[in-house]
Amino acid sequence: MSHQQIDQFAHRLDKGVRDSVLGGSAAGTEKRRQVLFGDLPNADSLRALAGRIKQHTLEHLDRYLEAAEERLIDNGAKVHFAWDAASACQQVETLLRERGVRQVTKSKTMVSEEIELNRHLAEKGFDLVETDLGEFIVQLDGDHPSHVVKPIIHKNRSQIAKTFERCGLGDYNDDPETITRRAREYMRRKYLSAEASITGANFVSAESGRLCIVTNEGNSRFGLAGARVHIALVGIEKLVPDDRSLSLMLNLLGRSATGQNLTVYTEFIRGPRQPEAISGPEEMHVIFVNAGRTETLASDCREILRCIRCGACMNVCPVYRQSSGHAYRSVYPGPLGAVLSPLLAGSARFAEFADLPKASSLCGACNEVCPVDIPIPDLLLRLRDRAHREHAPAAFDDAPNLKPWAMLAKSPAAWRMSLRAANMLNIVPLGFLPFGPLGRWTSQRTLPSWRGGRYRQWAAERKKQKNNPS
Amino acid sequence: MNDRARIFSAINDALTPLQERAALPELDPAQWVCPSRLTEGGSWEDFRRNFEAVNGTFLTSFEALSRLLRDANATEGYADPGLLEELPETFRDGLTLHETIDRGSIDRYAFGITRAHAAIAESGTVILRDLDTPDRLAALAPWIHITLVAKEALFSNVTEAIDDLGEDPNTVWVTGPSKTADVEGILIEGVHGPGIQVCLPI
Repeated sequence: MSHQQIDQFAHRLDKGVRDSVLGGSAAGTEKRRQVLFGDLPNADSLRALAGRIKQHTLEHLDRYLEAAEERLIDNGAKVHFAWDAASACQQVETLLRERGVRQVTKSKTMVSEEIELNRHLAEKGFDLVETDLGEFIVQLDGDHPSHVVKPIIHKNRSQIAKTFERCGLGDYNDDPETITRRAREYMRRKYLSAEASITGANFVSAESGRLCIVTNEGNSRFGLAGARVHIALVGIEKLVPDDRSLSLMLNLLGRSATGQNLTVYTEFIRGPRQPEAISGPEEMHVIFVNAGRTETLASDCREILRCIRCGACMNVCPVYRQSSGHAYRSVYPGPLGAVLSPLLAGSARFAEFADLPKASSLCGACNEVCPVDIPIPDLLLRLRDRAHREHAPAAFDDAPNLKPWAMLAKSPAAWRMSLRAANMLNIVPLGFLPFGPLGRWTSQRTLPSWRGGRYRQWAAERKKQKNNPS
Repeated sequence: MNDRARIFSAINDALTPLQERAALPELDPAQWVCPSRLTEGGSWEDFRRNFEAVNGTFLTSFEALSRLLRDANATEGYADPGLLEELPETFRDGLTLHETIDRGSIDRYAFGITRAHAAIAESGTVILRDLDTPDRLAALAPWIHITLVAKEALFSNVTEAIDDLGEDPNTVWVTGPSKTADVEGILIEGVHGPGIQVCLPI
């Protein structure tokens, strides 16, 4: 049995959950690819272009963040900054408290998961409801999302029906349409009674200060139509230089995330509503959240901050498909999480997640589907290297001892001898050989016949012939 | 040091060691126009095809809209007061039209008729702005949302529509009915917003 935490989690995983995750992540992969390349034959060069735009933005973040702040203030919004999770939670609480707000709706925002906002506000007595269907179910269950786009990919309809029954949302009924209608009925009362609505933002244009929020359900839009106060929690990396860049990003986001040319609701918000408008928030607050991003920006893995949270990398990752999102023990699962989680944890807690970069076969599928062309396999290797250099214990779980290999590789004579000795592999059955941790690999696979030393023999003969042409 | 100063200082510290910073690439929006979605030159025919592909309901006459409402047994709804003059008498016959949304009884509105600022042919999208649709609830609460859009207000592609965003504090692009696939990946329409999105060019 592997000693790696992610392997152990996958080993213990309930079969039903494994099937849900495997089916849910694999489904639609071909469709997403067909839509992307069918609509945009040059999709690969566009992915690279989008990556360069985001990289440029990150490497000029000081300039763009300041510009976005200025534009938002000009547009009538209030801008706040939060260094860490505690500060962000406290600022949201203060904004709500000062305005006498108790009921809050919230649409999906991953940064709020990072800062554990729901827990904080519940402890302080606020009545907050998640409005995205999947996030609502996660909230009812006291669970956590296991995918950035499909939060309940690990649950099946029967589990959801039981949750609804337990929470008084109707008798047991596992028909997905009935589940959805019940959520619809429940949620509309909440939208209209809530005084404030919390959202994230998929992008912020530094040029116009425009927040761009995308949803398929319309929950963010409905929340903002009902509430008088809008609080947007935005990671500082969400910026793009201008509105034109938004047009490229939106073309790539929907296709990469769900195989849609655009998500159903694409909202552009510059500021609070105009006085003559009948609905919409009178106040808009944008809280730019750091929570480990500047440390990530300072690292040699800053490319991960390009991420636009489409979830494509986890859908195609063989490790994610087998182990599920919760195996990553952090808000961000899959290849994205394997890079981002150790970095956002900061230097003090890096070692806690130092095993995650090993949760990859480095097959490169994540990079091939990434709409902003993040070189995830390269970043995983850099983090593995860092974990070794920092002697993080989790990085050494099940790692083979490479010292004997290093000794052989440094001595040509020992190397030659080992090549000859390895011919034994062709005679002795693999099961009899002591492979150590590699045994779990060889127990499932055969090896090609050993041909070590042939090249040296060929090169020596060629040299001899060259020197003595007959 | 407050949080703002701390964040900007940390960004500076992170970026100062970079010997070279990535340049902003040249953007040519023509690169991400989808030719296969614009086979009719960015016309209403392209819009219709792309709108119907996302399960939007494209209509060309008020007679067809009357039939749709009758079939859905929808007799009471909201109509933007600014649009009343555009609605033919024959269409209004038999319908109860409200000019405001009463938040206390939003379930009484079977349909909402609002004005769209424009549409996008490439994506099958209708564009709603606060300036044209002052009550956002009208486009969200009813099961059937009907947008009337001027025939000349059609953008060919997404970039053209982005360039037109302007000063309105809130613009939303709607591309089909509200939907989810959260439960086992099964597509369900009409989650929080309308289950039927209608577009009628006028």
